[in-house]
Amino acid sequence: MSEAIVSLRNVDKRYIRGKQSVEVLQGLSLDIAKGEFVALMGPSGSGKTTLLNLIGGLDNATAGEITVAGERLDKLGSGALARWRARHVGFVFQFYNLMPMLTAQRNVELPLLLTNLSGAQRKANALAALTLVGIADRAKHKPNELSGGQAQRVAIARALVADPTLLVCDEPTGDLDRKSADEVLHLLQILNRDHGKTIVMVTHDPKAAEFASRQLHMDKGALLEAGTLAA
Amino acid sequence: MFKQLIAALSMGLQTLPQRLGASSVIVIGIAGVVAVLVSVLAMGAGFKHTLADSGRADRAIILRGGSDAELNSSLTRADIDTISNAPGLAKDSSGKALLSNELVIVVNVPKADTGTDANVTLRGVGLKLTEVRPELRIVNGRMFHPAVRELIAGAGAVKQFRGLTAGSMLHLRNADWIVTGVFTSNGDVHESELLADVDTVGSSVERTGYSSAIALLTGPVDFTRFKDALTTDPQLKVDVQREPEYYAAQSKPLTKAINVVGTTVAIIMAIGAMFGALNSMYSAVAARGLEIATLRAIGFGALPVLLSVMIEALLLSLLGGVIGASLAWLFFNGHSVSTLGGAFAQVVFQLTVTRTLIITGIIWACLIGLLGGFFPALRAARLPVAEALRAA
Amino acid sequence: MKYFPLLWATLWRKKARTIFTLLSMIVAFLLFGILETVDYAFAHPSNGTNGADKLVTTNKYSITLSLPFSYTQQIRSVPGVAEVTWMSWFGGYYQESKNFIFALPMDTDTYFNLHKDEFIVSAAHMQAFRNTRTGALVSSALLKKFGWKVGDKVPLHSTIWTQKKDASLDWTFDIVGIFDAKDPTQASQQAQTLLFHYDLFDEGRSFGKGTVGWFEERVDDPTQSAAISTKIDALFANSSNETKTQPAKEFALAFIKQLGDIGFVLRAILGAVFFTLLFLTGNTMMQSVRERIPELAVLKTIGFGDGTVLGLVLGESLLLCLIAAVIGLGLSYLALPIIRLGLQGVELSPSALIPGFGAAVLLALIVGTPPALRAMRLNIVDALADKR
Repeated sequence: MSEAIVSLRNVDKRYIRGKQSVEVLQGLSLDIAKGEFVALMGPSGSGKTTLLNLIGGLDNATAGEITVAGERLDKLGSGALARWRARHVGFVFQFYNLMPMLTAQRNVELPLLLTNLSGAQRKANALAALTLVGIADRAKHKPNELSGGQAQRVAIARALVADPTLLVCDEPTGDLDRKSADEVLHLLQILNRDHGKTIVMVTHDPKAAEFASRQLHMDKGALLEAGTLAA
Repeated sequence: MFKQLIAALSMGLQTLPQRLGASSVIVIGIAGVVAVLVSVLAMGAGFKHTLADSGRADRAIILRGGSDAELNSSLTRADIDTISNAPGLAKDSSGKALLSNELVIVVNVPKADTGTDANVTLRGVGLKLTEVRPELRIVNGRMFHPAVRELIAGAGAVKQFRGLTAGSMLHLRNADWIVTGVFTSNGDVHESELLADVDTVGSSVERTGYSSAIALLTGPVDFTRFKDALTTDPQLKVDVQREPEYYAAQSKPLTKAINVVGTTVAIIMAIGAMFGALNSMYSAVAARGLEIATLRAIGFGALPVLLSVMIEALLLSLLGGVIGASLAWLFFNGHSVSTLGGAFAQVVFQLTVTRTLIITGIIWACLIGLLGGFFPALRAARLPVAEALRAA
Repeated sequence: MKYFPLLWATLWRKKARTIFTLLSMIVAFLLFGILETVDYAFAHPSNGTNGADKLVTTNKYSITLSLPFSYTQQIRSVPGVAEVTWMSWFGGYYQESKNFIFALPMDTDTYFNLHKDEFIVSAAHMQAFRNTRTGALVSSALLKKFGWKVGDKVPLHSTIWTQKKDASLDWTFDIVGIFDAKDPTQASQQAQTLLFHYDLFDEGRSFGKGTVGWFEERVDDPTQSAAISTKIDALFANSSNETKTQPAKEFALAFIKQLGDIGFVLRAILGAVFFTLLFLTGNTMMQSVRERIPELAVLKTIGFGDGTVLGLVLGESLLLCLIAAVIGLGLSYLALPIIRLGLQGVELSPSALIPGFGAAVLLALIVGTPPALRAMRLNIVDALADKR
């Protein structure tokens, strides 16, 4: 296996909810190699999204080591973590989470605002990303003028535009019909195969998981061995 | 219909706490308008009040014909003699006419707060002063003596201007005057003045005549008799007015100016507040969209919904109006200020927040609320039910 | 600057709300600008160069007491005094007391020499005025107001001065000409003015002969005004008619200032306006941020730092306040000529509007900070969880 781009060692995650402490992840260890397309599956409350948040640097572990793209995330403060996210991670959400008042192109440009690129370069890169996801003709449209599948493509373009090391997708097809979902999954597959993007995707949908190069199953805060769920 | 209205309204009001931020914009915006309106108009009301209190119906003021104000007027000693023989004049026990021949000049006295010179009335008064003006009371020190340079200062003037307390010296022309006492006179315009013996004042400013004469009549009904006697006398050319009428005319221009300025400022603010109210009520309607659509779906009419929104806006603005008027009353009622009244002299008066002003303020509040509530209410009534339900 | 399109788009996210908020704020800033300029004018009377070289000398103890005419020569002898002229208060009106007319008995030579280049009077009218003892020059506005014509005889009523010949208060003048102010901003101040000969006045009145109401002086060097004023007053110290000399502008303003503590009233209203504005704008900003919590979380997810998010919300607040300030204060600038009409003698300076922008920035910071802090402290995981 080539070098691990995501590496978790003995990771615990507890939430304090009121007076109760909820154990979400327990002693979790995981390696994801560069160039993998990993589908993370499991029932609701199994800790998929929490794991994804930790990998994407949105949340801190209670204990354990997390190394992503060569950086020990558990050692970074929130400012450093934000800068790290800007450079290394692209996020795709179930409900697209586009800015409703911005056009598709401006939405895609958002991550580039954090770089030193000029306005013209930002625009060019945004259009290139939109072209890559096959929706350049919708650059001037606002999110409410786009279909779900189109909106999700714009969201993927936004995740890609700053050329991140890792794509993190949380139920990217959860809100789409089958046809749009397949198109989006195809797109992710192409990005993985042809452009070498490492992808971690949480999904409920076994069909979606089939597009991935590896499937991981979670239950009650721990990873299951491959195949045990199916058995 | 009425039941529907009550139901729609109470549902709206129950969700009010959740919309506290937006709702408080109406209340505070309108409170601001009303506070400013009432405070400014309270100035006009206070000024008018002070001048209206100056004078009794059984007292007359005599000026040279065509002079309008005491400061412009001049009467000779002979005029005064003629006037003191007129019918209708009250007499003292020794048969002397109760007439005060007065000389009004203005003198520069620094204001207490800024130290800049202001024009204060120095009124030379006749020997019958205390009988002609029984409301006059010395509250500190003593009455001035005639024929020496002594004066008494009105309580209002003492508060607003420097160096007028009993025992102070006032330099006027090349002589010093002693303030021997402080007086009150029912809070009328004379409390803004300095009083001294008329002939001493006259000699100090080298004037032989008088400005006016104040006559105490045997009764209010004798005014016409008195006036006719003076105005038909070919030797005299005088205007005779009842004191309240004279002072009412003096207060008119300034009261009017204050009201115009106050109303203009308040109108501008009211427009601003109306947009604020529109904003709040639109967001209230938007926040209650589902609730309103549900009501409509189960058969509520458009009118109860419209009215419930209007009434909610009205209640909020009413609250704002009450708060604004209360603030004005709390901070400014009885607040003592001075201004250039009548012609050239300072009048000290107190801001008076009257019941009429409070009602005026609250009426304004309701109007703003109605205007600001109407269009949002209309939108609520016209809300497409199916769409609103689906959007939720 | 690269964030501007984002800020702009965010501002107009809820169009109706932004427009109503803006309208409300614009009205507030309009009022703010007007009150601010008036307040500034009262607080800084001697600003501007116009009239800085003019002084006024009145009786020290009372403006209703006159001064001897003989003071003229003594004042003229003070070094630095270029010209002296004398006038009296006539207290005039036409037909009814509401038709006030600022009828001014004045000395032609010294008056026009003192107010050099301030009036436009045709040579013919000036000549006619000099030649007519009962002549009067009226402002063109006054002529129009009462429908008078050059050549008319007009009776004016004085509330003070009776005539020697018949003890009448009615004085009749021959309108021989009109004048206009050279500086159009002064026109409103002179709209009620009628000039007539001091000689006619002094000889015609039944009392007060040989006295004047007040003197006006023009000095060679305005910077010496204070010293010259002191010198003039020193001439008459300890006489029975002591004087008080002050810059003409302060003299004019003294009357308006005596209306009361106008500054206090204005500032109290300004305070109320600002406070109301605070609530209105604050509410809009809070609402706007509350609705955008998920969007702000997405920005943070993408890698926008806490400081950047704080700056974005503050920037939005600033943009909102500055737009309102620019339009509102701009409107009050346009309204200045109307206010000038209402406040004769007060010089309104547009530079007084500048603090209005300061107020806008202050407002933006006050109302922007709480939602900006909220946005900054936003926990991404929780905020996204609400949506997912």
